[in-house]
Amino acid sequence: MPVIWILLIVLALAAVGYVLGRRRAYASAEGEIRKLHSLPAYYGYNAAMLTAVPAFFVIAIWLIAQPILIDARIGALIPDSAISESSTRGLVMSDVRRVAEGLDKLVAAGSLTDEETHNLHIETTDIRELLGSVGTALGSDVAPEVLSAAQDYRVLSGAASLGMTILAFVAAIGGLYYSLKQTNKDFRARNTVESMVLSLLVVASTIAILTTAGIVLSMLFETRNFFSQYNWADFYFGTTWSPSFSGRGGSSQLGLLPLLWGTLYISVIALLVAVPIGLYAAIYLSEYAGPKMRSAAKPLIEILAGIPTIVYGLFALITVGPMLRDYFAQPLGLGESASSVMTAGIVMGVMLIPFVSSLSDDIINAVPQSLRDGSLGLGATKSETIRQVVVPAALPGIVGAVLLAASRAIGETMIVVMGAGAAARLDLNPFEAMTTVTVKIVSQLTGDTDFSSPETLVAFALGLTLFVITLGLNIVALAIVRKYREQYE
Amino acid sequence: MNNMLMSEKKLETTQTKISAKDVNVYYGDTHAIKDVNVEIPEKTVTAFIGPSGCGKSTFLRCINRMNDTIDVCRVTGDILLDAEDIYDKRVDPVQLRAKVGMVFQKPNPFPKSIYDNVAYGPRIHGLAKTKAEIDEIVEKSLRRGAIWDEVKDRLHAPGTGLSGGQQQRLCIARAVATEPEVLLMDEPCSALDPIATAQVEELIDDLRSRYSVVIVTHSMQQAARVSQKTAFFHLGNLVEFGDTSDIFTNPSDSRTESYITGRIG
Ligand SMILES: Nc1ncnc2c1ncn2[C@@H]1O[C@H](COP(=O)(O)OP(=O)(O)OP(=O)(O)O)[C@@H](O)[C@H]1O
Ligand SMILES: [Mg+2]
Repeated sequence: MPVIWILLIVLALAAVGYVLGRRRAYASAEGEIRKLHSLPAYYGYNAAMLTAVPAFFVIAIWLIAQPILIDARIGALIPDSAISESSTRGLVMSDVRRVAEGLDKLVAAGSLTDEETHNLHIETTDIRELLGSVGTALGSDVAPEVLSAAQDYRVLSGAASLGMTILAFVAAIGGLYYSLKQTNKDFRARNTVESMVLSLLVVASTIAILTTAGIVLSMLFETRNFFSQYNWADFYFGTTWSPSFSGRGGSSQLGLLPLLWGTLYISVIALLVAVPIGLYAAIYLSEYAGPKMRSAAKPLIEILAGIPTIVYGLFALITVGPMLRDYFAQPLGLGESASSVMTAGIVMGVMLIPFVSSLSDDIINAVPQSLRDGSLGLGATKSETIRQVVVPAALPGIVGAVLLAASRAIGETMIVVMGAGAAARLDLNPFEAMTTVTVKIVSQLTGDTDFSSPETLVAFALGLTLFVITLGLNIVALAIVRKYREQYE
Repeated sequence: MNNMLMSEKKLETTQTKISAKDVNVYYGDTHAIKDVNVEIPEKTVTAFIGPSGCGKSTFLRCINRMNDTIDVCRVTGDILLDAEDIYDKRVDPVQLRAKVGMVFQKPNPFPKSIYDNVAYGPRIHGLAKTKAEIDEIVEKSLRRGAIWDEVKDRLHAPGTGLSGGQQQRLCIARAVATEPEVLLMDEPCSALDPIATAQVEELIDDLRSRYSVVIVTHSMQQAARVSQKTAFFHLGNLVEFGDTSDIFTNPSDSRTESYITGRIG
């Protein structure tokens, strides 16, 4: 039975459970709500949840475990002789699955009975052509071992899904029966339902945390692979970045420092542009601007946030870059390149202005009017009030906004590629082309990649380093915010 | 009611400090103050009493132009401070507020240390040159606010960490630190215990020798104890204004009488 049907039937059972639970609760209280411990609907929810949740749980576990277990069983059946030199057990298994799938389709289309699929033989039928007729194209002729494995595969999966169906229904009906037995006027349905809801919430947050952990772990794993092939000291302290894709390993120099330098240099310039402008704009909008000005200017600034970064990149490439070169770099004798740290930094700063300003604006608006009144009432001017009362009160939030902007600056890629170029360089001159960690992650992973060479694996080490940096930034931000909280609350 | 004796202290004949003529205040369409005329004398304590929502705070806020900060608020009529119209275009509200200090109805300490809260006004007005002078002002103000003993060991702890009543006294200390000529106090004792209340009332009586004090209060006893003049507001109108002793013993308007007797019992 297809899974969707099982799910629908379980849901229908849950609905029945809701109705029955309510009715039973009413009956046990002789129709008087006051005698019930909880509102009748809670008894219904209790029954519905006890019906649906265990069944869904069974289905979920089963769907995850089934392919793994069956693959292991069938995989073990394939003799080593059936695996050719250039192939692996995994590739053969995927052939097996495709054949099994094709056979399923044939049965569904009615061209074969279930019986006949078990009696197919390589010698008597052209399996490849037969499967091709239902749209399952295979790369080569089907080996006898693969065919028999596929037949076993079908049998096993058929048995397994039957098992799942039965177990799911048993769980649903068992839950329904149990919950209805529980239901009487003294049963604390509200407490039970609330703790079930609580555990659902806990499961949801656990999934979020586990995903993060999973991402970090996979990065860690690949990074370890990288460091088994490349000296970590050369990576962290190397000042040259020159990967070679032709000569494997050896000749490549994969030093992190030039990339890290480029990342930090560009981010700092971006923040130097974005923070003052964004903050002053926020102060103007929230403290000085009239309602009309505010309602016009705020959306305009926020439009900046909606522009895709690639458009900013174009702006950097064709406008800002050449302008900086012609008016600053060349006259000052600082360089000939249109791609430069300055270009990317300024354009990225413009991109970050709305982040800083709209977050700071909200935070400044949240400062209570009574504080402003207190300061104005003492004879302070508006700007004294803003400098000495409003901004300090909003500071934790503003620091948070700035660090958020910093994280974005560090992670930004598109503007850097188009504004600062892709040349890794350790240089103080802001009119030189440089590049960042993110750009190099992209360039190491695009094109023909081989996930076993250090030139590719280095991307994971770079990614992990970046992750650790942004994590550190967030921890610092939290610490700052907490320190101010302690002081002011 | 022997407390009422204080208000019967001899009233020196003094000049008018603040004089309001036909003042009307509107919040958008709400007409909050209606044609109020009042003359508040110098070196006296004037009490504003009246039921909640009658416009006491609103009128008080007109005197130092705090209503300017409310977009929807519109004030018409004239208010003269030392015979000068404070709503005149040439008057800088910032300078006005340095002269006319205010303690707000809700305590609003800044998110700064207790010390910095009190030093805020003197610093922005340049009242002290050295750290020692500021220290002195801070200590004196906190003593006058009747809170020195409670905070002297934690002057650098945040002012927002104090209890509600302590915050109220901190705000009083903050307001007196700038040495205003007129002090407007909006229910300054609403969260204070009897002892702190008595200390604040002592401060008010002490300030009277040099300044004018206007105090909003819901306590008839307090009005009787600390003030020499009383104004009774009702639904935005100034119903009655006169010597405190007259208002409390011999009100001329029936509304005043029923309000006062209703409260005092
Ligand atoms: N910011 C404002 N916006 C609109 N209406 C306001 C505002 N402040 C006060 N009002 C209105 O003005 C009237 C007078 O309010 P006010 O605060 O002066 O009363 P009050 O006498 O001080 O009362 P209480 O004793 O409760 O403090 C009330 O009807 C109130 O609703
Ligand atoms: Mg009030």
